[in-house]
Amino acid sequence: MTSLIGFSFSRWWSMVLKEFIQLRRDRLTFGMIIGLPIIQMALFGFAINSDPKHMPTAIISADQSEMTRTFIASMKASEYFEIVGVLPSEEAGRAALAQGKVQFVLNIPAGFTRSVLRGEHPALLVEADATDPVATGTALASVGQFASSVAAKDLTGPLKSLVGGKAPFEVRVHRLYNPEGITQYNIIPGLMGLILTMTLALITGLAITRERERGTMENLLAMPVKPIEIMTGKITPYIFIGLIQATIILLAARFVFRVPFAGSIITLYLTVLLFVVATLTVGITLSSLAQNQLQAMQMTMFYFLPSMLLSGFMFPFQGMPKWAQYIGNLLPLTHFNRLIRGIFLKGNQWWDLWPDIWPIIVFTLVAMTIAVKVYRRTID
Amino acid sequence: MSEGYAIDISGLNKSFGDKHAVNDVSIQVEQGEIFGFLGPNGSGKTTTIRLMCGLLVPDSGSGTCLGYDILRDSEQIKRHVGYMTQKFSYWEDLTIRENLDFVARMYEMPNRPEVVERALEGLGLTKQADQLAGSLSGGWKQRLALASCMLPNPKLLLLDEPTAGVDPGARRDFWEELFRLSAQGISILVTTHYMDEAERCHKLAYIAEGRLLTQGTPSEIISSQGLNTWAIYGENLADLSGKLQNQPGVEQTVLFGTMIHVSGKNGEMLESTLRTVTSGTAFRMEKMATGLEDVFIYMMKQSSKNSGAKT
Repeated sequence: MTSLIGFSFSRWWSMVLKEFIQLRRDRLTFGMIIGLPIIQMALFGFAINSDPKHMPTAIISADQSEMTRTFIASMKASEYFEIVGVLPSEEAGRAALAQGKVQFVLNIPAGFTRSVLRGEHPALLVEADATDPVATGTALASVGQFASSVAAKDLTGPLKSLVGGKAPFEVRVHRLYNPEGITQYNIIPGLMGLILTMTLALITGLAITRERERGTMENLLAMPVKPIEIMTGKITPYIFIGLIQATIILLAARFVFRVPFAGSIITLYLTVLLFVVATLTVGITLSSLAQNQLQAMQMTMFYFLPSMLLSGFMFPFQGMPKWAQYIGNLLPLTHFNRLIRGIFLKGNQWWDLWPDIWPIIVFTLVAMTIAVKVYRRTID
Repeated sequence: MSEGYAIDISGLNKSFGDKHAVNDVSIQVEQGEIFGFLGPNGSGKTTTIRLMCGLLVPDSGSGTCLGYDILRDSEQIKRHVGYMTQKFSYWEDLTIRENLDFVARMYEMPNRPEVVERALEGLGLTKQADQLAGSLSGGWKQRLALASCMLPNPKLLLLDEPTAGVDPGARRDFWEELFRLSAQGISILVTTHYMDEAERCHKLAYIAEGRLLTQGTPSEIISSQGLNTWAIYGENLADLSGKLQNQPGVEQTVLFGTMIHVSGKNGEMLESTLRTVTSGTAFRMEKMATGLEDVFIYMMKQSSKNSGAKT
């Protein structure tokens, strides 16, 4: 073939062919090449919505009338709020907000309708979990206009006099947990889980494949050591590394970014410990599945990407379609993000945290079972 | 099964997919014996060893190692059998001392520091103890691997090509060490491709394509095939070798630099053929004792002929 200043096209072409052949044989890499764009398109295209709608809202209703019904109806009509239940008391409302079961609580005080009719200009209270200001911002901006739709619909005829001048009632908004709507307060605690996932899953992902690649695994297998001893022995050092990483992030959050810390430090560390163990178990599981270190890295990437996008770290969880929320709820990072924000910003206690703790425990047990099953004693 | 055997396996089978890696293999190794396990690459030697030490579970067959059942007592076998893998399988990013110490801990040995120190002395590596294992040369790596294997005082050693890629001097030292261990009553099964090493073994087994072709002392194996071998000296031996193919009595020719080994079962026919071919030429022929190498090449050819030469 032609040669151009010593450049041989036939040599170049054989190089190209060889790469293609090797690429085709490496099924996992091939899968990554096809799979990653599809996953990313699905996540970015369908799942992510930075203007979330249908956010769960509870009502504490001490007064029911045509007027409150109209107010609730217009909330629904806005599509931002989805009424998921009626709560008996303010305490129940606070608990639902703390546990993240609802994003908003509408509180209608007793004697509200009478008060309006008397022209006393009472207030409706909307409490919001403002941990993630991006998620709640637009919805809260819309609540003011509902008062005027009530006025337009129900205050007609003889009551019309109430409409003139000042609004017949006011809608007061309480932004709980992050009243100033500072995005960092949400992002920085969220970063803790993300960083732990990235580093720990990767490091342990390589742990077993490295032994396998170097041939030392066969030697280990010939020694009287049990698989569970090998696995837990390999995990333990990284638990400490995880705790050190968490400490660094905690200190930075507190003293560099001035994120308020409302919860208990012991609760925080126990939660981090649980999450670190869950993440390491994932790493070990991927490590027993992968044949070599490259595959282990690719698998970690497969795990990391949905964790980052579907956990509510980057985009509001409530804004995602249901299917994406189901996937997100399977991932430990989703629950950890809620836990860590709950501890940092809401000062949550164990009973508030439990709904997000047990899914991580279940996840860890399942992953551990898979790891032990896959990692066979023998080298067949 | 006799208690006198260090290894006593019978009828072992193991397949990977449609490859029958180990086909009905039976081996008996007596205590204190150095047993050479020979065969071409990919013939099933490593798989057989892994079956013996409980790393793999056979599809069928049974056996014992040091009296422990290979199916049920793999825990005990791992504790009492030293297995040295074909590839150096200690941690290159640990020092020599750390490697030995790790092995001692794995076997939960008492007086660990003492044991490690003694092993270092035995190796003559006390001064280099804090050097990374990865920085050692091939020969020293083998010695470290053997020392690590010997640390928990196994009664049986399974050595998979321990001297591959090791220089002749280091090989000789390695074998002297094996004889010392054998004299102490330790049984050794060793695989090798070197004929000089094979000749030093008390007993040999030869495996090809997963099947055991023969087993016995070197002289038994040589006489079992009933081959007669002549050496022919001279020049242009490659031409002569070609000419000898398919001649009456000639079953095998093996070419060396200055001679050919010609072998066949029918001694008289072979001799007369060779006399005819060499008469009136500069070639000089001489009857010689059939060597192990001649026998193994012969057996390998017979084996692939019988199995329809699949590769």
